[in-house]
Amino acid sequence: MAEKRGRTLAEKVWDEHTVRRGEGAEPDVLFIDLHLVHEVTSPQAFDGLRLAGRQVRRPDLTIATEDHNVPTVDIELPIADPVSKTQVDTLRKNCEEFGVRLHPMGDAEQGIVHVIGPQLGLTQPGMTVVCGDSHTSTHGAFGAMAFGIGTSEVEHVLATQTLPLRPFKTMAINVEGTLRPGVTAKDVILAVIAKIGTGGGQGYVLEYRGSAIESLSMEARMTICNMSIEAGARAGMIAPDETTFEYLEGRPHAPQGKQWDEAVAAWRELRTDADAQFDAEVTIDADALTPFVTWGTNPGQGLPLGESVPDPEQLGDESAKFAAEKALSYMDLEPGTPLREIAVDTVFLGSCTNGRIEDLRAAADVLRGRKVADSVRMLVVPGSMRVRKTAEQEGLDKVFVDAGAEWRQAGCSMCLGMNPDQLEPGERSASTSNRNFEGRQGKGGRTHLVSPLVAAATAVRGTLASPEDL
Amino acid sequence: MEPITEHTGIGVPLRRSNVDTDQIIPAVYLKRVSRTGFEDGLFAAWRGDEQFVLNVEPFDRGTVLVAGPDFGTGSSREHAVWALMNYGFRVVISSRFADIFRGNAGKQGLVAAQCSPDDVELLWKILENDPGTEVTVDLAEKTVRAKDFSAPFEIDDYTRWRLMEGLDDIALTLRHADDIAEFERGRPAHKPVTLPAAQSQ
Repeated sequence: MAEKRGRTLAEKVWDEHTVRRGEGAEPDVLFIDLHLVHEVTSPQAFDGLRLAGRQVRRPDLTIATEDHNVPTVDIELPIADPVSKTQVDTLRKNCEEFGVRLHPMGDAEQGIVHVIGPQLGLTQPGMTVVCGDSHTSTHGAFGAMAFGIGTSEVEHVLATQTLPLRPFKTMAINVEGTLRPGVTAKDVILAVIAKIGTGGGQGYVLEYRGSAIESLSMEARMTICNMSIEAGARAGMIAPDETTFEYLEGRPHAPQGKQWDEAVAAWRELRTDADAQFDAEVTIDADALTPFVTWGTNPGQGLPLGESVPDPEQLGDESAKFAAEKALSYMDLEPGTPLREIAVDTVFLGSCTNGRIEDLRAAADVLRGRKVADSVRMLVVPGSMRVRKTAEQEGLDKVFVDAGAEWRQAGCSMCLGMNPDQLEPGERSASTSNRNFEGRQGKGGRTHLVSPLVAAATAVRGTLASPEDL
Repeated sequence: MEPITEHTGIGVPLRRSNVDTDQIIPAVYLKRVSRTGFEDGLFAAWRGDEQFVLNVEPFDRGTVLVAGPDFGTGSSREHAVWALMNYGFRVVISSRFADIFRGNAGKQGLVAAQCSPDDVELLWKILENDPGTEVTVDLAEKTVRAKDFSAPFEIDDYTRWRLMEGLDDIALTLRHADDIAEFERGRPAHKPVTLPAAQSQ
């Protein structure tokens, strides 16, 4: 383009990583700074390398962990499910053979791949980060271009440390104003998805901006970027600022000394220019937001907790109506039922969306001195072993156990039910995870997505609730 | 990857929108370490229903899936593409695909053909009124045909070219190995590495 205009944050990071511009319909070749690997989407990729006689080009930019199907109890025993065990063993063999650093089950740094990257200081502003997992968008909270890829692309990155890609379109999500007490990052992102829809972000990288975003902690920003994929987007980003630098300084892989100063100077340039243009813009009024929960079977089917189950007849187009009818039938809900009257059997606190220390602290503050209702089972699954250790140092484990919740080891757990942590058919959960798809948490299970505060209050009351209901 | 320029097979109408990858293949079926055998998990939750389209003759022999908008949303699992292909599908037609699914499909040789919502509706009617109707997807012409119905579909030109030539992405990128090496030499020193210095390049 001859016309010179400013660039968005996403465009700047893209440009800095372009090894080669594509000609015509050909994609660009994009360099990848960090490749995160886990047991589910990697075995076929390593196998492909072996078949072609290829090596991992940059083991020093690659790191692996076991998270998706590890058990969260009795982790000192062999994994009971033989198929899960094979997958984990395969990862161990592959990492050994190809020289990739691995944090296995039981290791002090093991955890959900999107929790450990930031925790180790490996995720930094302006980087390109990929993983065979759609929630890789989490790392965009640091001003990185981070996105999920399929197994063929995992193999491609292992072999070449690059990906052939066309640039993404850009969308600004302006969240202006001040969040009320009790309204969290989770409520913001659920409201964004309800507004633009599960397909609204397709082809875009979202940049979250505005005063409400700037006031959030790094962990809250990760919650928001994490669920960009639930709006259909490739990635979500937030420009790095003092909050970002403060979080990173002193972490194991953060730059040190002179390199730290150089890095911060470079990171300060990572902002959308005033004269840059987004391909689309959406604005959300932060002052008007209240706790948000989902009622249906996709993350866009959500409403403020104070409302009632919608009547499909009242929904706009035929497709939305049809989808809502199917969802209500699966969820076993009647139109007009106040959301606060929906009773749950299970509360799940954890996942790459809400399994970090601040999430655990927020839920523990609600549960301190209270009891989980007799009708409810509550699982607390820290996002990483380090989160678990920190929580124990702060006595949060005792708060959860005293309230009647189960205190587990780290992993993805009931977010996707690949390990034994699953809902039974017909069971209903309030879950701090990211997907309420049919059967996601176990065949026939029904999921309501909520924030950690709503999860904790719901556990106490037995029906969907916020702390102010207690 | 096998080159594919045209495919003809029985069309299967799947009247659902937002068919996410957890529906295409639930997580409990993702534990294999091979690329084959995933057909048993395809639409597992729905296959128990006798009325489900893949349980009905002749749709069980279908190779062209015609689905509602936002097909393949959610998880990045390429197993969704493997499950469809292991079952026998060669083409999915929808009015809108999730980005990661579309990318994964292109890598494996599954054609993700994007038609207008009206054309998808017309195709559904044809397939429902006359089960067993064959659908032809022509990559050279970028058209979908069934009986006297013919409509254009969209697919990006690069993916179309790779599908028609049957080219391996990694080999294509490795033609630029010198560019990659040069880029690596220019990376800022403050970028992190995962391994201790002794093991790094």
